Amino acid sequence: MIAHSIFFYTFSFIAILSAIMLTVSKNTVHSVFFLILDFISISCLFIMIGAEFLGMMMLIVYVGAVAVLFLFVVMMLNVVQQKNEWLVSTKSSTHIPIGLLISLVILFELLVVVGGWKFKPDLMTSMSLTISQDITNTHSLGSVIYTDYIHIFQLSGMILLVAMIGAIVLTFRQRSGLKRQSYFGQISREKTEGVQLIDVESDKGVNLDD
Amino acid sequence: MLEYFNIIFLETYKILFLLVPVLVSVAMIVWLDRRIWAFVQKRRGPNVVGPFGLLQSLADALKYIFKEIIVPASSNKIIFVLAPIVTMTLALIAWAVIPFSETQVLANINVGILYLFAVSSLGVYGIIMGGWASNSKYPFLGAIRSAAQMVSYEVSIGVIIINVLLCVGSLNLNDIVLAQKKIWFIIPLFPMFVIFFISALAETNRPPFDLPEAEAELVAGYQTEYSGMMYAMFWLGEYANILLMCAMGSILFLGGWLSPVEVFPFNIIPSALWLIFKILFLFFLFALVKAIVPRYRYDQLMKLGWKVFLPLSLIWVVITASYLFYFNLLPVI
Repeated sequence: MIAHSIFFYTFSFIAILSAIMLTVSKNTVHSVFFLILDFISISCLFIMIGAEFLGMMMLIVYVGAVAVLFLFVVMMLNVVQQKNEWLVSTKSSTHIPIGLLISLVILFELLVVVGGWKFKPDLMTSMSLTISQDITNTHSLGSVIYTDYIHIFQLSGMILLVAMIGAIVLTFRQRSGLKRQSYFGQISREKTEGVQLIDVESDKGVNLDD
Repeated sequence: MLEYFNIIFLETYKILFLLVPVLVSVAMIVWLDRRIWAFVQKRRGPNVVGPFGLLQSLADALKYIFKEIIVPASSNKIIFVLAPIVTMTLALIAWAVIPFSETQVLANINVGILYLFAVSSLGVYGIIMGGWASNSKYPFLGAIRSAAQMVSYEVSIGVIIINVLLCVGSLNLNDIVLAQKKIWFIIPLFPMFVIFFISALAETNRPPFDLPEAEAELVAGYQTEYSGMMYAMFWLGEYANILLMCAMGSILFLGGWLSPVEVFPFNIIPSALWLIFKILFLFFLFALVKAIVPRYRYDQLMKLGWKVFLPLSLIWVVITASYLFYFNLLPVI
C-alpha cells in the first residue's frame, strides 16, 4: 500500500506541476512538452486505478498522435508575432472574454460532477454498470461498447468523421499547374507517342515545345 | 521495510538480466548489419577488430565515449540533451513486456500489445526534440519528415495489430503467442505480414525509408548537430527499436517463442532461443532490404502509406472479421 501511495503522489505531483508549467512557461514549444508530460502522468494514474485500456489509449491517441501534430503546428507558427498582436495591440481582444466564458463553463461542469459524486453517491451507481472483477477491463469494455452503447459509440464516430471532413474541406485548395506523377501514364507510354523523328533543315532549327 | 528492499533488489536484478543482453546484442547487431550490407555488395565489411571483426562495435563505442560532446551555442540545451535520452529510454522500456517463454517475461500485463504500440509511437518524440532543439535547418527538416512518416505508418501498424487481435481475442502477448500453436499467423495473414514488415522499416527509419537522415539531402537529418556519446545513444536507440520491431513481428506473425514443430530435436531447444532465432531472421531481412533497395522519394512514401497500406489493411480487417464470423471461429473469452 505504501508503494501504491508513493507512486500515486509522484504521478499526481508531476501532473499538477506540468499543468502549471504548461500555462506559465514563456516558450510555446516548452508548453507543448509540458502538456505531453501531463498526458503521460495522467495515463499512469489511469493505469494505477486499474483502467489500463484507457491509460494505454490515452498514450497512443493523445501522446502518440494528437500531441505530435500539435507540436508540429506550434513549431511552424510564428508564435511570438501572434502573441504580440493579441496582447500588446490597443484593439480590445475578443479571445480573452470567450476563453474566460469557456473556462467558466468547464469549471461549472466539474463542480456538477464532483458535487454529484460527493452528495448523491447513489446517482452514480444506479447509472453505471456493475463491473465483474474476474475479467479484464478491456474485455468488459468490449462487451458493452458494441452492444448496449452501440448508438452512442457510432454517433461519436460520426461526429469525428464530420469534423475530419470539415477540416479537409476548409483547408483543401486545388493548385493549378501542379505536375503529378501518374504511374499508369508512365507505364502505358508507347514508342509511337514517346519518340518523334523530325527532319531538321539546316540553318532553320526546330521548335519542340508545341 | 526489508521485504520492500528485497523486492526492489530482485526486480533490479531481473531488469539488468534483460537489459544487458539487449544492449550487447544491439552492439552485435550493428556489426551484423554492416557485415550483411557489405556481403551483398561484394565487400568485406568490418573484419579487422577481433575475430571476424566482432569487436568492431565495442571499438566504436569506446571511440564515441572518449569524444567531446559538443552542444551548439544557439541550441535549446535542456531539450537538446534530453532527446537522445528519451530515444534510448523508450527503446529499452518496451522490452519489459516481450515474452521469452511462457514464464520468462518481466511484466506479463493484460494490454501488452497496446503497451508495445504506445511505446513505439512515443519514439517519435526523441527525433522531434533533437531536430527542434538543434536550432538548425537540416535537423529540423529531418525531424519534420520523420514525424510525418512515423505517424503515417503507425496507423497501418495499428490496423494490422487489429487483424491479429481478431484471431486471438486477447491483448496479452503470451496469449497471442499461444493462439499460434495450431498455425502461425503468417500463413492466414500473409499479406498483413508483408505490410507489417514494410511499415516496420518505415517506423524505424530504415532504408528504403530513411528520409529523416537522407545523407545526400540533409547531411544526417536530426543527428547532424550531435556528437560523441549523445550521437551513440541515438544510434543505440535506433537499433534497439529495430530489434524491438523484429521481436514484435515474430510475436505477432511467427509464433513468438513457439518452436515450429513439436518433434524431438526441436522441442528440446529452449523457447527463448526460438524467439532469438526469429528476431535474427527478421533482422537479416531488414539488413538485406537496406542493401538492395534504393531510397524512396518523399511523396511516394506518403502515397504508399496512406493510399495503399491503410486501405489494404482496413479491407483485410473486414475480410478477417467476416471469415471468422461466418465460420464461427471468433475466439471465445
